[in-house]
Amino acid sequence: MLNSIATLVAEAGEGTISALAQRQEALQDEISVEDVRKKMAGHLEVMRASVEEGMQPSLHSLSGLSGGQAPRLEEAVKEGRTFGGELIGMASARALAIAECNACMGRIVAAPTAGSCGILPAALLTAQEVYGCDDDHLIDALFTAAVVGQVIADRATVSGAEGGCQAECGSAAAMAAAALVELRGGTPDMAAQACSFALMNSMGLVCDPVGGLVEVPCVYRNVSGVTNAITAADMALAGIRCPIPTDEVIDAMRDVGQYLPACLRETGEGGVAATETGQAIARKLAQM
Amino acid sequence: MDMEMHLFDVIGPVMIGPSSSHTAGACRIGRTAMRLLGEDVKTADIAFCGSFASTYRGHGTDRAVVGGLMNFHTYDERLRSSLHIAAERGMDVHFSTVNLKNAHPNTVRLRLTGVTGRNIEVVGASVGGGAIEIRQIDGLNVSITARKHTLIIVQNDEPGMVANVIMLLSSAHVNIATMNLSRSNAGGQAIMCMELDDLPPEPIVDALRVMRGIIRVTLLKKLG
Repeated sequence: MLNSIATLVAEAGEGTISALAQRQEALQDEISVEDVRKKMAGHLEVMRASVEEGMQPSLHSLSGLSGGQAPRLEEAVKEGRTFGGELIGMASARALAIAECNACMGRIVAAPTAGSCGILPAALLTAQEVYGCDDDHLIDALFTAAVVGQVIADRATVSGAEGGCQAECGSAAAMAAAALVELRGGTPDMAAQACSFALMNSMGLVCDPVGGLVEVPCVYRNVSGVTNAITAADMALAGIRCPIPTDEVIDAMRDVGQYLPACLRETGEGGVAATETGQAIARKLAQM
Repeated sequence: MDMEMHLFDVIGPVMIGPSSSHTAGACRIGRTAMRLLGEDVKTADIAFCGSFASTYRGHGTDRAVVGGLMNFHTYDERLRSSLHIAAERGMDVHFSTVNLKNAHPNTVRLRLTGVTGRNIEVVGASVGGGAIEIRQIDGLNVSITARKHTLIIVQNDEPGMVANVIMLLSSAHVNIATMNLSRSNAGGQAIMCMELDDLPPEPIVDALRVMRGIIRVTLLKKLG
């Protein structure tokens, strides 16, 4: 059982975390590594389709709170009007697109959850666009992300109701950060460092959905999640080490989740959900 | 955490948004209830409880349940327009909210009538990440996750019933993974749910159906 990031790094050795993850999954499901990869390739195609759907300007959610915002950001990037340049800009636009696709009852891949589904695919698809890596490498990176997520789920939680948004968007960012490191040729240890940074930098993030819906702030948290992943990966790839080991950061995230009062764990009763405007929106939604 | 967590539980499932619990889980409860009914649904009285009651419209929980009642998968894009599709198919759907005592926050009660007039009442909870648990069938307490093939047997509450069923299954080398049993009142009706590792052979299920004291046998195949 791969239940710590330290084990992942040790067992990956001179190889990659993704190769280790694929072998483990094939063994567990009693199928070939090739079939395991095929399944992940299918997920990658769904992720692409979610971006496309989320980029439709006419998209809107049942509540009317989200939809159509991603193409605006994409346009700003294309016109060179963003601070973040192409990589951050397009990763943000894609994260927004997938998260809005989800909010509007589109088809998505939970990664690790539906509410945080934009972060990992936005990071990988944008890296592919900017650095030109092929799908095989993206599939490898998805396995790295998956096994990192598995360790987090095993030691802590990836559920907002249990651990707040740090457990959803924070975990997604940690998964994406490790995946990006591997995609850019970093070592398993660098992937672990990136995971630490991303999770540490979202420590304490609360789950405060307005009206209880997966829209505000969830859609925008996917954008901050992908930028968190990119900066965490950059620090790790530059050789910066996180002073706190990854497994200890994960355990701290679990503990912080347990300290959070119920009103900050997906109940829609705290944070931005509890603001005057958040409450007004919730009342309006209840009368829909 | 669940020790059987797989990588594709982390990257996955593929689903229609926005919520694994309020959309995907709701769809799976609908699908399971439809399979428990065993025929196409003619009328559905759908009562939402707890968080489902307060947010079902915004999460598309209503559409997801109705899509599930038409056997749509959690990733089927028709979930979005399931209410229209149901109307076109002549399915009569009614929504309400209800308070059920001690219910999980994401609970729905389904009262279904099938095309041949068969009725069933199912209470299901969406317990997180798209996982579900059917908690009641026709007022009898059960625990069905639909992650494995499940044999559901309604029988007279009398001595020896459970032993007879298990002996028959073991004769066919069917391994029972989990099992739960409950009853309405002593000497009344009892319900037995068994999660199985393998699909039992059809002749065994038929033999169960004609066994003395057994009222009804439903074989619920695991949800794909």
